[in-house]
Amino acid sequence: MATTTKIGLEIHCQLTGAKSKLFCRCSSDYRGKAPNANICPICAGLPGTLPLLNQKTVEFAAMITLALGCKFPDEIAFYRKNYFYPDLPKNFQLTQYNAYGITSIGVDGRLEYGNGKDARIRRVQLEEDPGRLVYASGSMDTSVYVLIDYNRAGVPLVEIVTEPDFADTKDVRMFLDKITSIIEHLGVCDTKLEGSVRCDANVSIDGGNKVEIKNISSFADVEKALRYEITRQRTMTSREIQVRSETRHWDDARKVTKESRTKEEEQDYRYFPEPDIPLVMLGSEFVSFIKQSMPELPDTRKERFMSKYGLSAHIAQVLIGNKELADFFESTLMIYLSPKEIANWIVTDLMSFIDERQKEEEEEEEEHSLFAGLKVGPEHIADLARLVDQDMINRATAKQILGQIIRTGEMPSALAKRMHASRIDDVSVLAQAVQSVFQMEQAAVQDARRNANVANFLLGKVMKITKGKADPKVALEMIQKKLKED
Amino acid sequence: MPIYTLEAGQVVQGIKSKEFSAEEYISQLFERIEKVEPKVNAFVTLNKEEGLDRARRLDKKIRDGEQSGPLAGVALSIKDNICTKGMKTTCSSKMLESYIPAYDATVIKRLMAAGAIIIGKANLDEFAMGSTTEFSRHGPTRNPWDISRVSGGSSGGSAASVAALECASSLGSDTGGSVRCPASFCSVVGLKPTYGLVSRFGLVSYANSLEQIGPVGRTVSDVVSILNVIAGFDENDHTTTNSSKPTYSLQERKGLRVGLIKEFTEGADPGVSKMIYKAAETLENQGCKCEEVSLPSVQYALASYYTIATAEASSNLARYDNIRYGFDMNPEGYEWNSYFARARSNFGDEAKRRIIVGSYVLSSGYYGKYYLKAHQVRSLLKREMETLFKKYDVLIGPTMPILPFKIGERIDDPLKMYLVDIDTVVANLTGMPAISVPAGFADGLPVGLQIMADQFAEQTMLDVAYLFEQAAKVQRSPEL
Repeated sequence: MATTTKIGLEIHCQLTGAKSKLFCRCSSDYRGKAPNANICPICAGLPGTLPLLNQKTVEFAAMITLALGCKFPDEIAFYRKNYFYPDLPKNFQLTQYNAYGITSIGVDGRLEYGNGKDARIRRVQLEEDPGRLVYASGSMDTSVYVLIDYNRAGVPLVEIVTEPDFADTKDVRMFLDKITSIIEHLGVCDTKLEGSVRCDANVSIDGGNKVEIKNISSFADVEKALRYEITRQRTMTSREIQVRSETRHWDDARKVTKESRTKEEEQDYRYFPEPDIPLVMLGSEFVSFIKQSMPELPDTRKERFMSKYGLSAHIAQVLIGNKELADFFESTLMIYLSPKEIANWIVTDLMSFIDERQKEEEEEEEEHSLFAGLKVGPEHIADLARLVDQDMINRATAKQILGQIIRTGEMPSALAKRMHASRIDDVSVLAQAVQSVFQMEQAAVQDARRNANVANFLLGKVMKITKGKADPKVALEMIQKKLKED
Repeated sequence: MPIYTLEAGQVVQGIKSKEFSAEEYISQLFERIEKVEPKVNAFVTLNKEEGLDRARRLDKKIRDGEQSGPLAGVALSIKDNICTKGMKTTCSSKMLESYIPAYDATVIKRLMAAGAIIIGKANLDEFAMGSTTEFSRHGPTRNPWDISRVSGGSSGGSAASVAALECASSLGSDTGGSVRCPASFCSVVGLKPTYGLVSRFGLVSYANSLEQIGPVGRTVSDVVSILNVIAGFDENDHTTTNSSKPTYSLQERKGLRVGLIKEFTEGADPGVSKMIYKAAETLENQGCKCEEVSLPSVQYALASYYTIATAEASSNLARYDNIRYGFDMNPEGYEWNSYFARARSNFGDEAKRRIIVGSYVLSSGYYGKYYLKAHQVRSLLKREMETLFKKYDVLIGPTMPILPFKIGERIDDPLKMYLVDIDTVVANLTGMPAISVPAGFADGLPVGLQIMADQFAEQTMLDVAYLFEQAAKVQRSPEL
């Protein structure tokens, strides 16, 4: 039975680039600090303190708003969202709210992603992160007490809410990749930091009730949570059980969604405008300032890669899909300008090493730097491309070299030199090797006389018995000569 | 005359000219406090050791010929909802019974830098919610003119301590009249500045959009000298106005236009309105032009005030859950929600009442009906007032519509209690400045004249207050 799936997303990204918290001067970098060491009277919500709006965060949120094609209001306000929870020092969260003629910083946007797909953006809003609850045993269900760490309280967050415009989890993955690349390019959020990007999702199938999934701690888990939830809903529908409208929590340990203990949909947040923060006027001057200060966005960068460097759309897309990769590419070009060759090395060869390493680390599920653990920099790839371009080594050798230097950090030219020194270029030794291959592979030799490509097979055999030490160029010449001779 | 009776200005002069030392002055004040405090109960915490220590250091500074500041040696009481670093700030609540702030409010920093000496924290209604100082965990503050009567509130401790000669001046906070009401009841001067003139950083919030910290003193001059120190932009409060620091002075001005709000005199006790008409006459005799004017939308002012104030209060008071600070209550055996509920049951009745009302008016479905309406009234009142200020320099009326009443008389009838704020809330809703100056006595009890001015027109308001004060010569402190 065919089913239609509708998925909407609520993405939270911390504005780590803002350096300080949303309403005080504490650092927004709370990671690795002793519990409750990164707080001040304001973010601890002590009596008598007042919020001080960090202007930089408004600029960052405005950049995101522009990048997602949203409309700007003339002025913005902050609202108090009132609810009791131990991770909230004031027992209300300062956020934005669309009502009574006031909107959040961005509304009604649209973002293209994947190949020609697009999703509507309902709103972009600026708000504060709560503190963190630390369960003694690691789980809410089995802990007898909880510890509260307010180091994170007040860290600036931008929430991006989409319309339910995604039909499957693949779309969601592509969209999240695009968002990641955009906020990385804007320099507002370091997505590699643990917990800096989080995502809640809502899903319904066949026009049924909508289920919200919360507590998904990384983008990587969004697909897993959605797949589980879609299967759950399909199973229920096939058994003619109605899916309830509810909020479910993603259980990271067991990889399932489960019913929430609190009925969050029944909460009345009693929103009202924060009296201590006057309306923030945006206006055309502000908007043009933001437009001017916008860094290059991924889409523009992709076009530039294609027009300026002659890259294919596919190669350009892979590069801009991750800012680190695109930056790596451009840094390499600064050293040696051979765009197509370098792009190929990065997208095909370097990426396969990166993928391999990431698979090994799958268990940890932490988003490291792409190049973590690999001792390779732009200078290595530039060097490698130059060697190939200048015919110093062939592609096969170059790959071999890359495979080694990626772990050692040695410069490719240095390694090539050493390999060259140990190479069998003594013609008599090489001739012996060729001779023995011709004897062992008589059938192949016959084929090779009719089909030139088979010569490569023979070369492979020569390389094997010489343990790779033969100069492939010389060996191939010998083989071809011998084929003609006999 | 003992030196504790001196006005702030005289204290500064006396200490600077070495007529007496700051130490002598402060020790005399503590003797006075010891004597009258059992009757008045104006203080929650006394700061004797530190106060004397600061006095001695000031004396040394003066002996060494160093700068000593415009308030050198002036003894102040501070309402106990203004944060003082290292000194308990209880808000007269169980919820903060042992709370010691980690920082000084901006006004405290400025006063200390000006040489003032904080001698203690003054009593108030819990979290400044009340008009009598009866809703205090520390017991009611009694009116120095008749200790069977209320001092007014919520800054009752501030006004009573000034009237009872326990200090020279005080700081209170005014959300709906909390500085002016007790100033009127205790026959002292109390000023609520324009919203945004004085930093609220360090004032424990009751209703953020309405309140201001304001000075209380025995003369207009004393109030001006404190205002000059505390007013002006503060980077820690986004609602302070970003203009150059104002300096106010005492000026003789003639021919000012005065509007007497008739809704205020009509609603007041006959004894009170008689005094106000007499005050208008005094002003006329001093060359002012007085006319009766009408402020029709004042009939909606109380409803608007209590809607906005309780809404903001319900949210402001949410943080008192006893997790980060508070009183001793073991969390063992509680789930967090029930712990919050249990801890928060220790709010007093009036605070609870306002939390409940405020939560109600903000609930979904009612927001438009109450909170938005209240804001519409606020705009309407502001427009009406602005229109009046095109014609008049100041508007006057009684500060309180009634005379100080007996302790316990209204405590069980919240609505009757709220009604006494009718004349004061207008200044808070419109953000405009207002001052209460002693107007005289009716049945032997103090009556206050309220003078209001347009936003940031403090100077004009003070001109009229000074003019009236000089002409009326009303007694400021009773025999105790």
